[in-house]
Amino acid sequence: MSALRPYRAILLALALLALLPVLFTTGTVRNFLIFTLIVALAAQGWNLLGGYGGQFSFGHASFFGTGAYAIAILQARAGLNPWLALPVAVALGALAGAVIGTLAFRARLRGSYFALVTLAFAEVLRIVANVLPITGGAAGTLIRLNVDPLNFQFADRAHFYWVTLVFLGAAMVLVRALERGRFGARLVAVRENEDAARALGVDVLRVKIVAITLSAAITAVAGCLYAQNFLYLDAAIAYGPWISVEALLAPIIGGLGTVFGPLIGALVLHGLGELTKVWIGALTGGSVPGIDLVLFGILLIATVGFAPRGILGLVARLRMLPA
Amino acid sequence: MSALLAVEGVTMRFGGLTAVDGVTLAVAEGTITGLIGPNGAGKTTLFAVISGFLAPTAGRVRYRGEDITAMPVHRRAERGIARTFQIVQPFAGLSVRENIAVGAYLRHPGREAALAAADAVAERVGLARLRDLPAGALTVAGRKRLELARALATAPTLLLLDEVLAGLNPSEIRDMIPVIRRIRDDGVTILIVEHVMQAVMNLCDRVHVLAQGRLIAEDTPAEIARDPKVVEAYLGHGAAERMRRAQGHG
Repeated sequence: MSALRPYRAILLALALLALLPVLFTTGTVRNFLIFTLIVALAAQGWNLLGGYGGQFSFGHASFFGTGAYAIAILQARAGLNPWLALPVAVALGALAGAVIGTLAFRARLRGSYFALVTLAFAEVLRIVANVLPITGGAAGTLIRLNVDPLNFQFADRAHFYWVTLVFLGAAMVLVRALERGRFGARLVAVRENEDAARALGVDVLRVKIVAITLSAAITAVAGCLYAQNFLYLDAAIAYGPWISVEALLAPIIGGLGTVFGPLIGALVLHGLGELTKVWIGALTGGSVPGIDLVLFGILLIATVGFAPRGILGLVARLRMLPA
Repeated sequence: MSALLAVEGVTMRFGGLTAVDGVTLAVAEGTITGLIGPNGAGKTTLFAVISGFLAPTAGRVRYRGEDITAMPVHRRAERGIARTFQIVQPFAGLSVRENIAVGAYLRHPGREAALAAADAVAERVGLARLRDLPAGALTVAGRKRLELARALATAPTLLLLDEVLAGLNPSEIRDMIPVIRRIRDDGVTILIVEHVMQAVMNLCDRVHVLAQGRLIAEDTPAEIARDPKVVEAYLGHGAAERMRRAQGHG
C-alpha cells in the first residue's frame, strides 16, 4: 500500500472526475469537459518543462500540432488504425521536442530567448502546414467518420471523456513518479540554479533535452485526442498560438511545477470562461465573442500579481495562516 | 603522498587582464591545502579553472594524473571533484534536505538511498535540525553549511572550498573549523580559498599564496606568516622591513 501512497490524491481526483459525465448528461457539458481535459493534458506536458524545469515554452503548439496532424494524416492518407497511429504520432511529437530542444538548449537559449525561439518554431510549422499538400493545406485534414471504439471514435461522449481521463491520469502518475525520483530532483535543480546543479554532477543540457522530449510527448497525446474528438484539423487549430497559450496559462494559474496545477488551472479557466459567456450572454441578450479571453487575461494578471505560485500556492499559504 | 591535483602553468586572461599568470601548484592526497592572497589576486578565477567553470587560456589541470582541462563540470563531479561557491547558490525553492539530495543522487540513483545519504550528510555538517526548512529561510551561516553539505553529498575525493567562512562571525567560524577538519579526517582532500587567517593557520597543511595572479610563496602556514614576500603582498611594499624594524626597536 505504501508504494501507492504518493499517488492516492491523483487516483482520488481521477475517480471524482470519472463521475462527472454521470452527473452531467447533456452533450454541451460533456463536450466542454472533454475539451477541458485535453487542455489539462497539453498543459501537463508544458508543466513538466516549464513548471519543473523552469524553461518557459511559448510554442507547445509544435508538439500538439505534430501529434494531431500525425494521427490524422496516418489515418486519412495511409489508412492506419488510429490506435496504431497514436504511438507513432506521440513519437513524432517527442522527436519534434528533442530536435527543437537540442537546437535551442545547445545554443544556450534561456528565458525570453528560449520562449521566442519555441514560438518561432510553432509559427513556422503553422505556415508550412498551411501550404503542404500532405496536411491538406488551407483546406485541412478530415478524419473519416467511422464510429467504433476500435477506430478511436465513440458514439457516447462519456466514453470519449473516460478515455481522455485515462490518458490524463497516466500523465499525472508519470509526472508524479518523475517528481519523486532523481530526474525530477535534477530538473528542479536546473530550474533553481544551473551552475550549482552542474557542480553537483548534473548534466544540465541532457536534463533539459530529456525534459522537453517527455514534455512534447505528453502534449502530443493531447493533440491526438483533439484530432480524434473533432475529426478535423487545419493549421490554425493544430499549430496555432491558442494551444501554446492554453498550455502555459493553465499551469501558471493552477500552480507551476505541481502535478495538480495544470488540471486545476484548466478547470478554473474554462469553468469560469464558460460561466462568463453564459452570464454576459444572459445580460446582453446575445453573445460577446472573446469575453472568456478577456477573463483569462484578468485571471493571469491577478495570478502573477497576487498568487505567483498559482491557486495551489495560494491554498497552501492560506492554510498556513492562523485561523 | 602523491599529488591528487596538479595545476600546471595555468594562465587565465580576460581580454587585456591577466587574472591568473602561469600558476603551478599541487595538492597532495589527504591534506588540507590553502590558497590565500589579497583581494583580486585571482584565487576565485583559479578555482573556477580547477572546477571547470572556466577554460584556461593556457596550461593544464591534472587530476590523478589525468588531464581534465577540457572536462565538463558535471563529469568532474562524477570523478570526485566537488566545489562550493563563494556566493552561496542554494536551490531556494527546495528544502534543505532536497538541496542536499540533489548532490546525493550522483551516487545513489534511488530516492530512499539518496534521502538517507542526504540526512547523513546533514547530520555531519550540523544541519539535521533544519533539514525540512526551505533553503531560502536559512541564515548566512546555515547557507554556508548547506553549500558544504551539498558538495559533500556527492561523495567527493577532492573538495574545493571557496571562502566557506567568509561572512561568518567568530563563534560561527569556531564551530565550522572542526567540521572541515573532520571531513579531511574522513579521507577527503581539501583545497580551500580563505580570507580568514585564523582558519588557514588552524586547518592547512600547506599554503599557497597568490598575488596579482602569480604564485609568490608555498610553505607551511607558520612559515608563510613569516615570509616577507607575503607580508608585502598584503600590506604593501616595504611593510616587512618596517615591521622588522619596529619589532627590533620595541
